[in-house]
Amino acid sequence: MSIRYVSLAGLAMAALVLSAIAASGQEAERKGIPAPPGHVFQTIISGYQFRTKETRALQDDDLENPGFLAVERAADVWKAVDGSEGKSCMSCHGEAETTMKGVGAAMPKWSEKLNKPVNLEQQINICRTEHMKAQPWAFKSNELTDMTTFVRSQSRGMPVAVKTDGPMSPWFEKGKEIYYTRVGQLDLACASCHEKNNGKFMRADFLSQGQTNGFPTYRLRDQRLIPLHERFEGCMFDVRGVPYKPLSDEFLALEVYVAWRGIGLPVETPSVRN
Amino acid sequence: MADKPRIKLPKEAKKGEIIQIKTLVSHLMESGQRKDAQGKPIPRKIVNKFACEFNGKPVFSCALEPAISANPYIQFDARIDEEGTFKFAWTDDDGSVVAAEEKIALKG
Repeated sequence: MSIRYVSLAGLAMAALVLSAIAASGQEAERKGIPAPPGHVFQTIISGYQFRTKETRALQDDDLENPGFLAVERAADVWKAVDGSEGKSCMSCHGEAETTMKGVGAAMPKWSEKLNKPVNLEQQINICRTEHMKAQPWAFKSNELTDMTTFVRSQSRGMPVAVKTDGPMSPWFEKGKEIYYTRVGQLDLACASCHEKNNGKFMRADFLSQGQTNGFPTYRLRDQRLIPLHERFEGCMFDVRGVPYKPLSDEFLALEVYVAWRGIGLPVETPSVRN
Repeated sequence: MADKPRIKLPKEAKKGEIIQIKTLVSHLMESGQRKDAQGKPIPRKIVNKFACEFNGKPVFSCALEPAISANPYIQFDARIDEEGTFKFAWTDDDGSVVAAEEKIALKG
């Protein structure tokens, strides 16, 4: 009897050791940073860490990264005059490499004038309509996504630094509420996948923690850059819900909240994802 | 495909050295197998041929087929025995050619 106990204990020990090795192996592979106070996670991990090494290599090399085609296109548009005022982005902002540094990392930002937060896409269109007197670009249009990618890529490597205090706090709370609200036929909230089940397989891919630091991201599946609100729409569609409209107040609030969840992560725009 | 192709190779190399050449061209690569919202097939439009020459001599060429992703990325190696110019050409289905050139010098 006693011999049997010993061997069972031995087996249990071996199993524990094995699972510990497996866990540490995964931890070592996915590097994260300490989460901000009040966060549900101990460490926040960029979606980059959940990708295969081939996909990561594609993102790491600026030449291979297809997202940089958009950056190059927008760099030309930055200098191009448009609208009745005869201005280009450059007329007001100068060289994007210096003046746009850190701008994308702090978006969405509070707008005193509109009395609500604006994200990068909206800010670009505000500039176009108010200062250049040009037509705003449509959401999902190549022009708007290219320019968003270009401006945000100037903050590459800088930590996400969105402000959520002061007038932003009701928006932050609203976004948090949306994050935890179950929707659609599948009755899932953002948190059901990205908080409770990240790191696990869904279909043939790992669920990430759902960070915004890589957006707009080049998705290999779509072979184009996907802006954040389109991804939100996609998630809501996937749980068979009725998505909010891109650039709506709901998605804007969600963007504020989700950006905070990845605060401190380096901006990776344009990142490459499956 | 008005964009300039992206090419990366060293500015100079030692005689006999094998260098790596990376290229990426912006192209939709529409396979011809897809249908639009009305159910009509979208006509095929791909870059069907890529060729690289060095001082007029062929270095590398390949035929591209419809299954290749948008913005095709091609990487290959070449041995450098003399200084000169690489010429790259991507041939589209409609016959148009995107051409580019890169010079390389000999070290020392």
